[in-house]
Amino acid sequence: MAGNNPNAKPMNLTLKVWRQRNRNSEGKIVEYQVKDISPEMSFLEMLDVLNEDLLLKGDEPVAFDHDCREGICGSCDLFINGRAHGPEKGTTTCQLHMRKFSDGDTITIEPWRANAFPVNRDLSVDRSAFDRIIQAGGYISVNTGGVPDGNEIPIPKNIADKAFEAATCISCGACVAACKNASAMLFVSAKISQLALLPQGQVERKTRVENMVAQMDKEGFGACTNIGQCAAECPVGISLENIALMNREFISAKATSENLA
Amino acid sequence: MNLDSKIPEGPLAEKWEKHKFNVKLVNPANKRKYDVIIVGTGLAGASAAASLAELGYNVKAFTYHDSPRRAHSIAAQGGINAAKNYQNDGDSVFRLFYDTIKGGDYRSREANVYRLAQVSVNIIDQCVAQGVPFAREYGGLLANRSFGGAQVSRTFYARGQTGQQLLLGAYSALSRQIAYGKVKMYTRSEMLELVVVDGKARGIVTRNLITGEIETHAAHAVVLATGGYGNVFYLSTNAKYCNVTAPWRAHKKGAYFANPCFTQIHPTCIPVSGDYQSKLTLMSESLRNDGRVWVPKTKEMAERLRGGQIRVADIPEEERDYFLERKYPSFGNLVPRDVASRNAKQACDEGRGVGSTGLAVYLDFADAIKREGVDKVSQKYGNLFAMYEKITAENPYELPMRIYPAVHYTMGGLWVDYNLMTSIPGLYATGECNFSDHGANRLGASALMQGLADGYFVIPYTIGDYLAQMPPTPVTTQHAAFKEAEEAVHARTQKLLSIKGTRTPNEFHKALGHIMWDHCGMSRNAEGLQFAKQEIQKLRREFWSDLKLTGTNEELNQMLEIAGRVADFLELGELMVDDALNRKESCGGHFREEYQTPENEALRDDENFAYVAAWEWTGDNQPETLHKEELQFENVKLTQRSYK
Repeated sequence: MAGNNPNAKPMNLTLKVWRQRNRNSEGKIVEYQVKDISPEMSFLEMLDVLNEDLLLKGDEPVAFDHDCREGICGSCDLFINGRAHGPEKGTTTCQLHMRKFSDGDTITIEPWRANAFPVNRDLSVDRSAFDRIIQAGGYISVNTGGVPDGNEIPIPKNIADKAFEAATCISCGACVAACKNASAMLFVSAKISQLALLPQGQVERKTRVENMVAQMDKEGFGACTNIGQCAAECPVGISLENIALMNREFISAKATSENLA
Repeated sequence: MNLDSKIPEGPLAEKWEKHKFNVKLVNPANKRKYDVIIVGTGLAGASAAASLAELGYNVKAFTYHDSPRRAHSIAAQGGINAAKNYQNDGDSVFRLFYDTIKGGDYRSREANVYRLAQVSVNIIDQCVAQGVPFAREYGGLLANRSFGGAQVSRTFYARGQTGQQLLLGAYSALSRQIAYGKVKMYTRSEMLELVVVDGKARGIVTRNLITGEIETHAAHAVVLATGGYGNVFYLSTNAKYCNVTAPWRAHKKGAYFANPCFTQIHPTCIPVSGDYQSKLTLMSESLRNDGRVWVPKTKEMAERLRGGQIRVADIPEEERDYFLERKYPSFGNLVPRDVASRNAKQACDEGRGVGSTGLAVYLDFADAIKREGVDKVSQKYGNLFAMYEKITAENPYELPMRIYPAVHYTMGGLWVDYNLMTSIPGLYATGECNFSDHGANRLGASALMQGLADGYFVIPYTIGDYLAQMPPTPVTTQHAAFKEAEEAVHARTQKLLSIKGTRTPNEFHKALGHIMWDHCGMSRNAEGLQFAKQEIQKLRREFWSDLKLTGTNEELNQMLEIAGRVADFLELGELMVDDALNRKESCGGHFREEYQTPENEALRDDENFAYVAAWEWTGDNQPETLHKEELQFENVKLTQRSYK
């Protein structure tokens, strides 16, 4: 079946892919050729083609994380030609299409590089540090049942919209990968902002920011030096404002808190 | 075994209240002595894990993802229904119940559906309390929109990513319990076998996807919340990892599989563009609130359009056929999904399809943009329009979207009773993984509702009733059944790795998908189904003799994972075909060409088929045994569904 652009010509590409057997082994860049790549393909479909070829040749396919392939699950995480999620702004790897490349291109594909994200294999990394940061306080402590009617907590639309914007983070880790310090500030601040803005989040506002920041530091993420590369590369447009808000929350909590032991 | 649905006695509106009073309770001090395994951490699993841990049970939760936040619930776009009647437009628990029963074409259980409608209101309250940022009006109150199959606005939403926001709510509750130590979370762990001891579910066998290690886990009860099996079609709107393996392994250990042929084909998806296509992308049903579905009136006009001789703008208004508005004036573009899908297929079958393949219809926003302006339309659908443009390189603000139906949801699943227990005592199934609430067709914005209803508000009550009947003594993996199940997993993995054939797991999966889509998809007939059955059997034999894999079990081996899932799909596919053959009627998403009204609508046969078909596994390559649960309708009158 032809795509919606029948004139698009198939491409031949050179791929330079990071191969690493497991967390403890050394990795290296390996070069592959892929042929007849349709510009209508997604980037991951192009990797599917490579993997089918490798398997048929008896080689081991390249491991990479992906799932929904519609830009929302946050699984895919490739560093493409030196950029988190590749050349297209506001786009996850799975939503990147090959029409953004040209016939004869060489494409370098690496995993996220950060001490807090060890490599599982090839292009797949372990981002469980993010989960542990959320476990440190990224929630409102309510049990199931016994909560007030939804409309008993009115929230001004502009506040609700702002909280929503912060809540759109998909936990992909591009912010960490894009940062020269491998800082997780954008990720952590998005959750802090969402809950600090909402009336439901007020009760635990101080402990939350202190505990989450403490866990962030413990995981080995770097410090923030206000470069802004994180927000520039974020596929869902999480704003740098969140980091400012988190810093304010953190200082105010530290100045007044008796929460942390 | 007798199929006892355990529906409580009494009037419909009182059943759940009465039942909650009648179920046995576990003393608060004893709850910590019971272990519960939950497989899957999407909406149904994460909500159950958090709620059960809050009650005091010890929970072990499993997901094959790297984080519980990545489950496919996250991709739900449009919204979640609840009978709040915040809009003062005549909604009620009974109306939501009625719409759901009717939308499901009278093939679901009244009592379950009524309970679902009842607890729907609690879900919204719970999510708001968790900080889920639902859309709001300027006065600060919650906003609603309308969805297919309903004439009231009862859908709560968070722009076009309601699923992500609800899942993050459940994930946050789960994360809190992980921090407290009440939930032990196992990520990148895939369930490959159910362990049954003395007829009761007692544990599972998992594979650590990073190291390949096979592990056994014991508990007093096991809950499967593993989603649907739409990926049996290869191409669907499901995420790539979605699979049937956990429920299928349970099926082979004695859990009945109900109504497997009930598949939902979603009308508004981005059309297939080539053979390399790995998945299909849904455009939310909410788009049908403002988008108008049309094709050219004549085949000739459509041909010229496809050939590039004319452009969309060249087609005058009177040459456009807004077929849903024309055929269903009262529901218009908001008819239920099965009706919309079938009509789109029909228009394309008549040669009036658009796009280079002719397998697409238009979803046009020109009128909405004229009426409300670009800003308003962008506020409502901006992210969906952006997604469409990324995939197709076309701008829906200027050109109408091209859409085509795609497999989206499976109403069938493990048979469960009113307590959500399967036919194996101690094994529960929640969310899309069970069959219970949507009959033959699910209404939009009801999947999120069901997943959270089961997890937050049903299983916490019903599982206690089962646990209270056994002593709070520890369970271990010492029983021989664990060893056997573990060995079976090892043997199966080794078998897959040792075939050393010539075809990849994806090749088999694609081949199966073609068979299923062509013969057990949007419309089915006896001849096609018989043919499909033989083709699937043949393909299954080829799979086990010609599969190619590399690498070992003791490493991250993604092709091995896929192979195991495809093996199960190859068995499920045949059961779906058998079920579709058995059901000699058309209802909801199951359209048998032999059974239709003169106007080409689904023709039900209530006299002979108002039952749940629950299938029992009898052994490899053996026909399964059919058990029937007759459906009793005491509160609604069965009518020919009409959306005219």
